Order: sequence, then structure tokens, then C-alpha cells
Amino acid sequence: MTEPAPRIAVVVFPGSNDDRDAALALEGLGAEAVLHWHAEPELPEVGAVVLPGGFSYGDYLRAGAIARFSPAMRAVAEFAADGGYVLGICNGFQVLCEASLLPGVLRANESLSFVCRDVPVRVERNDVPFLAGCEIGQRLTIPVKHGEGCYFADGELLAELEANRQVVLRYDGESPNGSLDDIAGVVNADGNVMGLMPHPEHAVESLLGSSDGAFILKALVERARERLFAEA
Amino acid sequence: MKATVLVRPKPGILDPQGKAVEDSLRHLGFKVDEARVGRLLDLVVESSDPDQARAEVERMCAELLANPLIESYEIELAETA
Repeated sequence: MTEPAPRIAVVVFPGSNDDRDAALALEGLGAEAVLHWHAEPELPEVGAVVLPGGFSYGDYLRAGAIARFSPAMRAVAEFAADGGYVLGICNGFQVLCEASLLPGVLRANESLSFVCRDVPVRVERNDVPFLAGCEIGQRLTIPVKHGEGCYFADGELLAELEANRQVVLRYDGESPNGSLDDIAGVVNADGNVMGLMPHPEHAVESLLGSSDGAFILKALVERARERLFAEA
Repeated sequence: MKATVLVRPKPGILDPQGKAVEDSLRHLGFKVDEARVGRLLDLVVESSDPDQARAEVERMCAELLANPLIESYEIELAETA
């Protein structure tokens, strides 16, 4: 018997540009991906939500600052509050931070240069849904491509994040953006919302350099499947 | 009323843009100890009452115009000419 395909929404903001890559990657890993226009206030019944990369609203004011007021974001916040899985990739991570669904903020890279290359990241924990397919300490090679990926939290917040083990991915070796403590990905306190700067959807085919992104997206598809079909 | 909002990177926060400007100014031969780059917003608000206008702009800053984790802001009000 084939496993049912869980529906996962990929929210499309004006200026998103990795929405189709994310949808394609999720489909390839067994999900039914639906593109969800940001102006739609109601989410369909989904097992997970992905906020994709891009430049929502041209990154005006601060990256992610305006997208968080999109009608869809209210539904995403409700979905997250209900324990739904939300993954923010790059600009999606910035949106989640601005929406206070994740702690901290992403600032201009220390170098002021846009970085676009494969980077190694280290998995810090695997007891969150998105990293359930990884080993602790596993090194994943996933590309980054951003101008504003320098993670920042003040001392008090950072101490809280470390105490709660909310830093789940760190750059292994030289940080591409000057991120505080080499932070590449964080989760919320409940572990059901995660943001990361690297793009797992661009690393699902070894032909394109790495398939390590599939460790993350595959786990998301499986958790989405459990959430939608577990009781059925 | 007119409102001018000055948004600045908080002290102690690394400001790579400011650093780049600082280095460029030095490169041009200017003696500069520090440069920080913020943002200026000119607003025209409906209210003609200064207290009410200030309260309104405060809310704009808290909700959108500044990120309190990394930025501070100042509000200046003036009569609309």
C-alpha cells in the first residue's frame, strides 16, 4: 500500500522566488504541495506550512517586516499555535522572526556581500520534527544565498535560546554571514516552528551537488503525514 | 502633523553598513572615529494634536518601523505647513 501524500502549503508572497522549488522538492519527497497566495486568509487543511525563500515585498524596510502582515500569516500563526509544523527557509526565516514566531532577527551579512554557495551545517539536535532524520553532529551540505543572514539575539535572549536548546543548526567552519555563534537555524520553544538560512529545497538531488536538504524536507513530509493521517 | 522618525542601530550592535561608510571616509582622507547608518522616515499624519500624533507614531514604530531587538528610534513632530 502506498502511503498517502500529506498536503503541505507553500505560502507565496509578492517577491517569493523559491516557492516552486520548495513545492517541487516536497512533491518529490511524497507530499502534495499547494501554493498558497499570501492574500488568502484561510489555510486549507494541511499537515505543514513552508514559508519559502525570496525577497517578499522587495525586502523593503527590513527583510520579512512587511510580509508578516499578510492575511495568510495570521492563519500561519494560528496553525503554529495549534502545534502545526512551520518551516521558514531564508526569507521565510526572516518573516518568522519579524512575526515573533521565532526569536531573534536576521541582519545584513557582516561582509555586506551577498553569499551564494554550498555551506556545511552541523545538526545540534534531532528531537525536533524537522531534524528527526538526522544524527546529532551530522554535517549537512546545503547552499545558502542571501544578503541578510546574520543571526542576532541580545545576550539575555541568546542565553535563553541556548538553555532551551533552540539553536538546532550551526555553520560548521567559517560562517558565511557573521551569524552570532554560527547560528544557521533555530526553533521556537515548542519545537514545531523552525527557520534556517540554508536552502534544503535546493539540495534534494545529488546531481545538483547535494541531496542533504532531503533529510530535513523528508522529515517534514513524514511529520505532516502523521499529523494528517495518524488518527484516520 | 509632520513626524520625522529617526531609526538607529542600537549602541553596541555591529553595523556593517556604518563600518563600510567609516572605512570609505577614512580612505578619502577624512578623520572619522565612527559612522553608523540608520534610517529616516518622513510621515504626514492626520492628527493635528501633538500628543495624539506622537502616540500614533509610537505605535507605528513598535509595530513596523523599528525592530526593538536591534534598533532605537526618535520621533520629532512639526506643524504641517
